Amino acid sequence: MELVNPGIGLIFWMTLSFLFLVLILGRYAWKPIMKMLHERESKIDEALNQAEKAREEMKHLKFSNEELLKEAKEERDAMLRDARMVREKLIEEARLKASEEANRIVESAKESIHYEKMQALTELKNQIAVLSIEIAEKLIQEQLVKDDKQDQLIEKFLSNINFN
Amino acid sequence: MKASNTKSVSYFFIALFFIFFSFINNSFSENSEAESQQNKKEEFNAGKMIIEHIVDNHEWHIAEYDGKTYSIPLPIILYDKGEISCFMSSQFHHGEKAYNGYKLEMEGKHKGKIVKVDANGVVDEAADLPLDFSITKNVLSLFISVFLLCWIFLSMARRYKKRENMAPKGLQSMVEPLILFIRDDIAKSSIGEKRYARYMPFLLTVFFFIFLNNLMGLIPFFPGGANLTGNIAVTMVMALFTFVITTFSGNKHYWKEIYNAPGVPWWLKIPIPLMPLVEVIGVITKPFVLMVRLFANITAGHIIALGFISLIFIFGAISTGAGYGFSIVSVFFYIFMGLLELLVAFIQAYVFTLLSALYFGMASAEHHETAH
Repeated sequence: MELVNPGIGLIFWMTLSFLFLVLILGRYAWKPIMKMLHERESKIDEALNQAEKAREEMKHLKFSNEELLKEAKEERDAMLRDARMVREKLIEEARLKASEEANRIVESAKESIHYEKMQALTELKNQIAVLSIEIAEKLIQEQLVKDDKQDQLIEKFLSNINFN
Repeated sequence: MKASNTKSVSYFFIALFFIFFSFINNSFSENSEAESQQNKKEEFNAGKMIIEHIVDNHEWHIAEYDGKTYSIPLPIILYDKGEISCFMSSQFHHGEKAYNGYKLEMEGKHKGKIVKVDANGVVDEAADLPLDFSITKNVLSLFISVFLLCWIFLSMARRYKKRENMAPKGLQSMVEPLILFIRDDIAKSSIGEKRYARYMPFLLTVFFFIFLNNLMGLIPFFPGGANLTGNIAVTMVMALFTFVITTFSGNKHYWKEIYNAPGVPWWLKIPIPLMPLVEVIGVITKPFVLMVRLFANITAGHIIALGFISLIFIFGAISTGAGYGFSIVSVFFYIFMGLLELLVAFIQAYVFTLLSALYFGMASAEHHETAH
């Protein structure tokens, strides 16, 4: 039966054609295509890996950014706190100094007032003494005109003086 | 006698013609009725017509119209005892005339073959048949498919080079999944990651060759229509390729399995080498099965499809009305079979490739896990 009886011609041409096809396609089609597919696959793999790495890095970066921000904030807070403290201290110091100065001024003013007062008093005393003397002189001059009076006075003085 | 094989091809086209026009044009019915009556007279033989369709032919029949046969003559190349003769098959006038001492036998034992005739035109029964290397319908179809495959894949390779590391486009995106399927699901899984690359050219070529020719066989007119993958010579050559590659890639383990199968009781090997015999038969059976499976599947598909068309004429011979009536059913079944054949075209290409890959994998496996 012809159906299951392979013909020599077709076997011959088929062998030739198929061999040709395998060699030509193998050399000029399958080899470059397989190579390209492989290359593309490894490229895609690589790209995916890189993307994953980049994402990881981004995460890390974000984390460190946050850390940095937190640190900066803390530092700023600390600085502000310090500044406030310094300011307060300065004000306090200034106030202290000022009050001290004021005290000192008041004190010195008081002192000088006292001094002036003492001076004035002394002067006044002196003046009074001088005046007294003058008055006394005048009185004495008047008094001494009479001898008895002189004697009386001498006696009086003498009695007042304590000889011990 | 008139060339019945050329005529029978025309039945197919007349059938398609009928079906087409009986649906859209009623006024055509008078004419077609006359033709169907003519068909009835010529005694339609479905079996003969089907066989003539699925075997090889020395000319490529296009159509028959008004008693004239239109066909593409194909070159005849004969080798007989150191003598080569080449001429066109049109010299035979569809088997009616002898040429150059040769004749295309239309009946009997050597039907469809070229036989030697003597000066009087009488067939020389005693002489051997000349070796026929003609470019037959199947050979031409083979050349067309080789050209198509080269064209498709060489241009695709160029496209791959041009669009390096870019997404596939056009034909690429249609064929690439198939290439990846063969690589990942056939080659890698049955041969192994390490050795699969060596077999890829053969596996890809075999797959696309079978697939394309299966599809071309489904096209009922010129560039297609030849039953190439349903021809036993073609499947035999491909199975032999698989056999040769399997044999040459067989390593120590593979041969040891054959001559001294492990896990088998010794008395099956000595004194009568029963197991080695079974193994050797297995080695030969594998490609044989490959050959028969593809041949039988594709041929059966063609036979069934042609059978449905023949039914129209068989019923038409009983009564014209029955012929018309059944044509609707036939066309429906023909379309159904066509769709099924599309599936079979892929499955058979897949199975042939997968089994070849499995055989290569078995022959080259370093540790025989598949034993027992």
